[in-house]
Amino acid sequence: MLRVDNVSVAFDGCQALAGTRIEVAEGETLAVLGPSGSGKTTLLRVIAGLTRPDCGRVLLDGRDVTAVPAHARGIGLMFQDGVLFPHRDVAGNVEFGLRIAGVPREQRRRRVAEVLELVGLRGFEQRPVATLSGGEQQRVALSRALAPAPRALLLDEPLGSLDGPLRARLLDDLAEVFEAIGLTAVHVTHDVGEAFALGHRVAVMLEGRVVQCAPPDELWTRPRDEWTARFLGMTNVCELDGRRVVVRPEAVRLRRGDDVTVLSVERRGAVVHVRVRGDDGDEFEAVTTELDHPRAGGRVTIDIDPAGVVELEERPSPG
Amino acid sequence: MKRLLALAVVVAAGCGGSGDKKATEVVLVTHDSFAISKRVERAFERESGLRLRILQSGDAGEALNRALLTAGNPEGDVFFGVDNNLLSRALDGKLFAPYKPKALDRLDDQFLLDDRHRVTPVDHGEVCLNFDRGWFASHRIAPPRTLLDLTRPRFRKLLVVENPATSTPGVAFMLATVAQFGEQGWRRYWERLRKNDVLVTDGWEEAYTVRFSGAAGSKGRRPVVVSYASSPAAEVFFAGRKLAEAPTGVVDSSCFRQVELAGVLRGAPNEEGARKLVDFMLSPRFQAEVPLSMFVFPVRRGVPLPEVFRKHAIVVQKPLELPPNAIGANRDRWIREWTATVLR
Amino acid sequence: MDRNGASVRLALGAAVALPGAFLGLFFAYPLGSILARGLTGDGSVELRPGVLWFSVWQAGASTALTLALGLPLAWVVARFDFPGRALVRALVVVPFVLPTVVVATAFLTLLPEGQQRGILPILAAHVFFNVAIVVRIVGGYWARIHPRLWEAAATLGAGPASRLRTVTLPVLAPALAAAAALVFLFSFTSFGVVLILGGPTRSTLETEIYYQAARMFDLRAAAVLSLVQLGCVGAIVGVAGRLDRCVAGARMVAPESDVLVRAQGRQRVVVAGILGAAAVGLGAPLAALVERSLSAPGGYGLTFYRALGEETPALLVVPWRAALNSLAFAAVATGMALVVGGIVAAAVARSRATWLDQFAMLPLGASAVMLGYGFVIAFDDPPLDLRSSPLLVPVAQALVAVPFVVRILTSALRSIDERLRDAAAVLGASRARVIREIDLPLVLRSFGLAAGFAFAISLGDFGATVFVARSDWPTVPVAIFRFLGRPGAENAGEAAALSVVLMTMTMAAMLAADRLGGGRRGL
Repeated sequence: MLRVDNVSVAFDGCQALAGTRIEVAEGETLAVLGPSGSGKTTLLRVIAGLTRPDCGRVLLDGRDVTAVPAHARGIGLMFQDGVLFPHRDVAGNVEFGLRIAGVPREQRRRRVAEVLELVGLRGFEQRPVATLSGGEQQRVALSRALAPAPRALLLDEPLGSLDGPLRARLLDDLAEVFEAIGLTAVHVTHDVGEAFALGHRVAVMLEGRVVQCAPPDELWTRPRDEWTARFLGMTNVCELDGRRVVVRPEAVRLRRGDDVTVLSVERRGAVVHVRVRGDDGDEFEAVTTELDHPRAGGRVTIDIDPAGVVELEERPSPG
Repeated sequence: MKRLLALAVVVAAGCGGSGDKKATEVVLVTHDSFAISKRVERAFERESGLRLRILQSGDAGEALNRALLTAGNPEGDVFFGVDNNLLSRALDGKLFAPYKPKALDRLDDQFLLDDRHRVTPVDHGEVCLNFDRGWFASHRIAPPRTLLDLTRPRFRKLLVVENPATSTPGVAFMLATVAQFGEQGWRRYWERLRKNDVLVTDGWEEAYTVRFSGAAGSKGRRPVVVSYASSPAAEVFFAGRKLAEAPTGVVDSSCFRQVELAGVLRGAPNEEGARKLVDFMLSPRFQAEVPLSMFVFPVRRGVPLPEVFRKHAIVVQKPLELPPNAIGANRDRWIREWTATVLR
Repeated sequence: MDRNGASVRLALGAAVALPGAFLGLFFAYPLGSILARGLTGDGSVELRPGVLWFSVWQAGASTALTLALGLPLAWVVARFDFPGRALVRALVVVPFVLPTVVVATAFLTLLPEGQQRGILPILAAHVFFNVAIVVRIVGGYWARIHPRLWEAAATLGAGPASRLRTVTLPVLAPALAAAAALVFLFSFTSFGVVLILGGPTRSTLETEIYYQAARMFDLRAAAVLSLVQLGCVGAIVGVAGRLDRCVAGARMVAPESDVLVRAQGRQRVVVAGILGAAAVGLGAPLAALVERSLSAPGGYGLTFYRALGEETPALLVVPWRAALNSLAFAAVATGMALVVGGIVAAAVARSRATWLDQFAMLPLGASAVMLGYGFVIAFDDPPLDLRSSPLLVPVAQALVAVPFVVRILTSALRSIDERLRDAAAVLGASRARVIREIDLPLVLRSFGLAAGFAFAISLGDFGATVFVARSDWPTVPVAIFRFLGRPGAENAGEAAALSVVLMTMTMAAMLAADRLGGGRRGL
């Protein structure tokens, strides 16, 4: 129901979007994943109507809205660090869109209470925004965007300025809220985990183009090219029979033996990443959940599961 | 905001539409030193049936220049305040329309400066050296008696004068020295004053109230200043307490006459009213008023002087004089020469 | 864009036309008229040599001195929390908005004979007037630089002197340059100070124009000089505008409360010393005025203040009426300046019609006497026969106040995060609604500051007012000038009393403005 068709935007001769296409179905959350400077934010601004594309179209429910200004599109946008109105309290921020739409006061009050409840900020109506913590500000920003019941919600790195447990909690909350109201959403992030956690599908962007767009599992199992594979965190890229392939780390199995040297061992939560180097100089990364994992400097043997070997399209790795 | 705008509208409304008041109003264009009492103003309004509006714009020179800019399409009906020293500029600028008031025969001939009656004399004042009596008494020095005295060593650093380029008494005093010493000698006189450390100010205010030691409340250090023959009377009048003798004196032989003139402005919207106003300025009531309101002398014969003038102002019998056409022809050149002599 | 956007643009265009028309009608047209009259008429163009050179070098020297002497005070006000800080910030501005006649006269009474005339008194007076610019612009900028910057430099081994050289001054550079450009502009076009304190041998372009126009009635020479001056001022304004955008463009990180500290130890002595020196330097001339206003014949008293309620030959109205006039005129002028300046600021902040910004600054550099003469010859026909209308007074004052309003509001508007407007737009607010919901509420505080400044400037304006003021509607500065022009202690005393009244009104306006505006933006 939301379609971005071949959109290009250039700022001062710098191409931010180059023929970008995405499609988001009703009720779907699309995560747009890419490094900074890949054009993610510009894409959101084009969808919101804040930036006019040089060419291409934006379609909402099949209607071409490219020429419709931001305020008439009915699309919600949640900014990176909230961007709350400093001169209004929490309720004043949340009800803003409703007030503009001319919703009567009593109805506004009820809706504000409803969306604040949804994000877990019941009773925060009268609080000045300056007194809120970072997480609370983001929740207010979310409820402000949700309150007018937009046709689609755009989120620009909503968790970008948060850290640690707060981030994890808000991530859960967002997923829950989206599930609960069946919202059509585009979620922009540079964080793979966040994209995988929230997106029904993930669109990987590079230099103003969507490189690949797929559900998280598919993306993980079949990254299209080397750059995408590396961006997703896969480092086992090598030549195989003259073709470029990536070996997913979970397809590299470790067992006792004396074929390769363990370079480093690093625990990330439940899994342990183990880096090994063969006598021919090739390096591989493996993951294991075993507590009895090898130690750095030790010798092990590796097996590779052929199902985990993905052939990559030819595309030179950037930078 | 709304209230401000409303106020702006009120002000704009209050000042607009001056056009339709012409028949009932007469406008006097003059300089900042012009002053008359409300009582006399009302007397004129009662007698003439006209409302009197006074437009002041700067000192005598500035007011004249502004009037010259609007010559032919004037801002008012009568201009008052051109003096004999600037008269030629006003006449050359075709500022005035001729009018011969009835009371002209009550005036001394010496005040009649334009035989075509474009201007009418209203008052006269003499620009003279003033000295601080107290200072000379306490320093046991005799006050100056002539212009030449001031070039003597004992008067070193004692004199303050106004710049003739920027001040009307300054012009008058410069002309006094021209009248006294002639084309040949006056510049040499100023060279000697300069050697004697004469202090030059831009205006009378600073010379008299700031530099001169004799003015009430002044912290000045110079006991001799170029001011007016009426200044001692002003000191007594404004002293705020009874004084038997004026704290300042006048050097009689240094005085140069300034006659102030009025005229009907060419193109005046209310020419009829303008004539009434000029007539009124020569009336005994107005003439009797000028000494205390402007500290000048009336030109009409037989007008009684107030007591403070009779006691403390000096009526100069023989002022220094120059013919008006000589002043007109040479004034600007003399000012340039003065500047070159005294300031460079 | 859609029809809505187009109509908004049309409305903006129409709105920009208003200040354009105001400046065109009340500035360009009269000034153009008198310049045309001067250039086509006869007169000498025998100009005194060295006038331009003197204008430039005295302005340069004044600027250097003002910066050198203003910086310590800017530092104290920007960095330290002390009782009466708000009062100090308001008080520094008082000299800036006082009429030059008053201050120059105060300087004359203070300086020893022999030292009253010349370059030193001019420089002293210029420092006295303009120190406020340095304190407010540089101090305001300084206060928003996070102290972590210095802490970082310190941990990297930079001592205090080295920190000043390698961190503070480079970081402050845009603010220093912007303040310098403004001080230079005001010193370059200084009129009353140079006229009164310069003595007969020294003239700047501004006083020479006055001399030629008002004294010698040589309009041709005055017109030529005016063009030279306008050219110079245009250049200065161009430079100042560019520097100003640098200051506004710099992203500041710290709210003031994080930066202010209480002075400790040796710092206390330094801070107290600087404040004391400022109090003496800025306070002495003002104190001299107060002293003079109270020294009635026969001991100190309120005689002169009581006399303000009585008729005087010096004025056509009772003196206290001048205070009422001043308040009314200043209120009207403030309204005009806010409307005109507000629209200019809105256009400039959105990078539209930036020429208006520079254009609006030009009245600061136009000779007041020429503009006054311009009014006289330009508005001499009905329906625009405004020559003797009291309306010209607030108009002239507004011309002087507009640049300040523009500066304050532009920097306030520029400091609004553009994404706030985006956020509002996405929530359904049209362009007009965004202005109402976001821009206006957020610049409201700065509006207060701008209003206070415009009011104070209008109250204290002498140069522009004196050539248009009607004598039956005198303002306080004009009344003071009239009193100063008359003999006797009584008139001098009443002049001093009125000066004190004016000072008080100005101070109240600035204190109110600072309270309203938080005193952080622009000036």
